[in-house]
Amino acid sequence: MTKRAFTGRRAAFITLCLLPGIVFVVLFTYWPMVRGSVMAFQRYNLFDLTQTPFVGLENFAAVLAEERFWTSLRNTGTWVVVSLFFQFVLGFGLALLLRRHFRGRGLYQAWVFFPWAMSGFLIGLLWRWMFNGQFGVINDLLLKTGIIDQRIGFLSTPGWAMTSVIVANVWYGTTFFAIMIMAALQSVPKELYEAAGVDGASRLRQFWHVTLPHIRPTLALIVLLRIIWILNFPDLIYSMTGGGPAGSTDIVTTFLIQQVMGGDYGRAGAVGLLVLALLLAFSIFYLNVTRSADGEKAR
Amino acid sequence: MVKRLAKGTVLGIWLLITVFPLYWIVVTSLKPKAEIFSMPLKYWPANVTFEHYAELFEFADFGRYLANSLMVSLVAAAAVTVIGVLGGYTLARFTFPGRGALMLAFLVTQMIPLFIALGPLYLLMSDLDLLNRLAGLMVVYVAMLVPFSTIIMRGFYERVPVALEEAAQVDGASRLSALVRVVIPVMLPGIAATFIFAFVQCWNELFLAITFIDSEDAKTVPVAMNSFITQYDIDWGSMAAATVVSVIPTLILFAAIRRYIVEGLTAGAVKG
Repeated sequence: MTKRAFTGRRAAFITLCLLPGIVFVVLFTYWPMVRGSVMAFQRYNLFDLTQTPFVGLENFAAVLAEERFWTSLRNTGTWVVVSLFFQFVLGFGLALLLRRHFRGRGLYQAWVFFPWAMSGFLIGLLWRWMFNGQFGVINDLLLKTGIIDQRIGFLSTPGWAMTSVIVANVWYGTTFFAIMIMAALQSVPKELYEAAGVDGASRLRQFWHVTLPHIRPTLALIVLLRIIWILNFPDLIYSMTGGGPAGSTDIVTTFLIQQVMGGDYGRAGAVGLLVLALLLAFSIFYLNVTRSADGEKAR
Repeated sequence: MVKRLAKGTVLGIWLLITVFPLYWIVVTSLKPKAEIFSMPLKYWPANVTFEHYAELFEFADFGRYLANSLMVSLVAAAAVTVIGVLGGYTLARFTFPGRGALMLAFLVTQMIPLFIALGPLYLLMSDLDLLNRLAGLMVVYVAMLVPFSTIIMRGFYERVPVALEEAAQVDGASRLSALVRVVIPVMLPGIAATFIFAFVQCWNELFLAITFIDSEDAKTVPVAMNSFITQYDIDWGSMAAATVVSVIPTLILFAAIRRYIVEGLTAGAVKG
């Protein structure tokens, strides 16, 4: 890496290379984000822009007083925790099965990887059709196998709707975990196993005492990123249920989008800032907990 | 032996679960309407028909939406790749004041809900007279993908030995020509992967597009499909055909860059 003063031709070169990217990000990402945060403290409705006075915390109060916000917050918890749990467990299992080389492994990975090429929007549509209460294939399969004896309106019944969107999300996200965990497993140095093998440790003990401690920091980071990502992932819910029925699959981001579409930018800003604050608080808490756990182990 | 059999069975079941939804949407798209909405369900179309695909192009003007999507995605992905190639190089090879802050600023955009910017962005696009125009979408997509492409390209540069460029520079080449003639050829696969990844992101993008576009002329594929949903009744035959048509390009492209995708997925995370 070149370490010199930031002057002359060198500075010009660096500036020129970075400027286009910076301009785009500042103008079309940061500026609207700052503007949106300021709007959170304004009365700002698209349908009456003649008056946009600052109103202090009025928007926040209005949002916090709304039942749907709290429902969406609870739903977000369910959506994130349950999706993540199954994605993680299934993904881990898949990674362990795919760990050793076998004939056709590459092809297998290519096939199970394909959901990643689809958008959340299309995946939502796919599952919306399969979960259809009348002509859906899932109802048909459950009837045929005798698990149910009457069709279920999966997407029109509040409890089932959340289960359904989570099933779709688990289907989508499991491979991601599998691939990430496989990458983490490959990072464990072989010598560690050899040493453990000499000591006569069983497979299970090797896994518990060698593999797991080694990959735990990576796993912790992957999980945090997934949590943030799942929370920011309204696409699937949007096309599958639209947040319904009766708000039973609304999460904070679908709620936020509804505020924007409704033209109330003041409230949208308030919801956005609340979500951001929550996310930040959670991330700090999470990193502290996982770091201190790893720190103790190391000592 | 028993163990291998068990492993094979589990992997087989998972493959089935993964592939079935895709199979089902293809089968649905090939069934006549009467067969889609009839009991008992047929798991194989009795009378294969392409009527839903024909409808798509005859009545729904799907050709135009595809052309729009292609145009927006190609231009935005190309721009983002060039910006990433230049920006990633500077971040990988130089230290300068503000470098750490810049990388943090890029990473942050990957973490926070950008929907907070949606409203003000709409106003901005309206002020710039970019609503309902493909150019408007291109601009916001570039902004959306610049942090990703810059960070991932930086990672690719870091794997190319500096000695390679230095050798070229010793031979009298300028820094820029060393970059163009020596470094970039080595990195072509990575550059291609970045381009494809950006292309697919644009091709799939929904929320920005439905916020900024509502004229028929400028609709992209997701916007058009979204307007199929908002109607009272979904025509699942056409919807299935539209899904198949729009997913084929991304499937092919993703298959081509599979081994780089993990990198793409983690670019915002592990690097930095």
